Amino acid sequence: MYTLIKIAWRNIWRNKKRTILTMLSIILAIFLSLFTRSMQLGTFGSMINNAVKLSTGYIQIHKKGYWENKSINETFSQTSKINRTIEANNNVTIYLPRLESFALASSGEQTKGTMVTGTIPYHEDKLNEYSDKIIRGKYLQSDDKAILIGDELAGFLKVDVGDTLVLLGQGHHGVTAAAQYPIKGILHLPLPQLNKQLVMMPLKECQYFFAAENRLTSISIMLDDPELLDITSNEIISGLSNEYEVMTWQEMNKELVQFIDTKLVGGIIMLSILYIVIGFGVFGTVMMMTMERRKEFAIMVSIGMRKYKLLSVVFWETLLIGFVAIGIGLIIAYPLILYLSQNPIPLTGEFAESMKSVGSEPVMPFVSKPAIFINQTISVILLALIAVTYPLFFILKFDVKKAMRS
Amino acid sequence: MSIIRTEQLNKIYDEENIPVHAVNDVSLEFEEGEFTAIIGPSGCGKTTLLNLLGGLDSPTSGEVIINSTNITNLNSREIIDFRLRNIGFVFQAYNLVPVLTAKENVEFIMQLQGISKDKREARVLQLFEQIGLKDRLNNRPGKLSGGQQQRVAVARALASKPKFILADEPTANLDSKSTNNLLDIMLKLNEAENTTFIFSTHDSRVIERARRLITLDDGKVISDKK
Repeated sequence: MYTLIKIAWRNIWRNKKRTILTMLSIILAIFLSLFTRSMQLGTFGSMINNAVKLSTGYIQIHKKGYWENKSINETFSQTSKINRTIEANNNVTIYLPRLESFALASSGEQTKGTMVTGTIPYHEDKLNEYSDKIIRGKYLQSDDKAILIGDELAGFLKVDVGDTLVLLGQGHHGVTAAAQYPIKGILHLPLPQLNKQLVMMPLKECQYFFAAENRLTSISIMLDDPELLDITSNEIISGLSNEYEVMTWQEMNKELVQFIDTKLVGGIIMLSILYIVIGFGVFGTVMMMTMERRKEFAIMVSIGMRKYKLLSVVFWETLLIGFVAIGIGLIIAYPLILYLSQNPIPLTGEFAESMKSVGSEPVMPFVSKPAIFINQTISVILLALIAVTYPLFFILKFDVKKAMRS
Repeated sequence: MSIIRTEQLNKIYDEENIPVHAVNDVSLEFEEGEFTAIIGPSGCGKTTLLNLLGGLDSPTSGEVIINSTNITNLNSREIIDFRLRNIGFVFQAYNLVPVLTAKENVEFIMQLQGISKDKREARVLQLFEQIGLKDRLNNRPGKLSGGQQQRVAVARALASKPKFILADEPTANLDSKSTNNLLDIMLKLNEAENTTFIFSTHDSRVIERARRLITLDDGKVISDKK
């Protein structure tokens, strides 16, 4: 085996230029695919992070049936059992109890439908840094009887800090929920939808407004390691009774998931096209290397070399070209991607503004997950294996005496 | 005692359209230690006969029996193994693996046979001594002259201690000095190892040295002189 690999290694350098060109094409393919894949997954990760932090959390606990209708009547009490179940899980970093429901907000002649969210201001700020997003006024304290609203909502209702907003909605079990609250602060949030609809108040005050004392519509849970999402979700489910439903962010953000899946598939298709193009180049090289050595193969078989050994030489030639190219490609790409994952590329201009408007930091994020590197390595090895099929058939079928005369 | 025997050997190409009788009813015997040249005009069937003797081609009819083994009955894998252990080849060109040194080329055939490293080393040194290329052990074929390459090819053919060596026009690409050199070495090895050499050739220098001349014409043996 050692001699065959030695022959294969030396054979690939018989035509240095051709081998180097073939390797360069593979190296380029690896580099481009790692770079784009890392960037794509980084971008999607950032989108998911924003959606999760500002909206649903990674996991949410509701009363069973709440998610379908999102009715104020489908609420539950936050029990110590629930708290223990959540706190027992090492992957949970923060959990946010919330009470949310629809209400009309009115000021003067202006009225708009809003989403009233009761939350614990301190924890909400820890998670989403809302206090940094205040553009006018001040952030909430837990005993405030005041509200924060989104800046677009404020603009529509023509209100500002210090003004009073009348809220009218349906409370728990059909009770009318009606009250007026002073505006303590105006927020500018990354998600435009929140800017247009959000009315935020302390949880206790919200429970009072909706006549839902000690009731919650959801508990949002944030995780330390999102990769363990399903395991964590299952652990929480197993600790709760059947009257609750536990949903992951994917179940609650189906459109985002579809969007990401579509983009991922598109990315894979583009990479496949790249590899197919490179694959033809490798195939061409392997084909040339085979055809130009017909007589040499014939003589090797004549002196007593079995065809399968000859085939293993050609097989190793193709694999070695692939391995060397993979190695060099990874050596070039890995440090760069590692650096970029820790130091994302800052964006400027209109692109930066559009990133900010959808709640994303104006940077081009990268990830350096091992799976990206492993997948590209496997792709190149598969490419080499496909390329070796031509010499496989050629050697198995070739006629020694005809090749000798060629 | 004969080591090779052919019985009514025939090879016909393109039987259906215009049949070409490349080897026509050839019955021959070759004994141990022979130094035989098969001669005849171009297209008379010399190379075809050599290919049949070496199992590189299969006859249309007839048999080739080497040391009581009828090689015409062997399958493709068996014939490759048989060649490895019993038959040496020296071709007109492209004999050696270009990426292996002269030493590695000769060793290669013994590695295919599964011979141990110590025995390989000893045999390589012995053969290179005999062919006069001890100082060229680590040269690749590209760094050897045509004559030197053919000498290494002869050493490789002998390395496996075959029953006989088939040499198809081995001197065709060589100058006269290299040819004489090569043939003298082959004669010396023929005597030292008692290995049968069978040449297909036009070269008068081979013919001069051959102890048996078989003349072919249109695939038939028209003369067999010792």
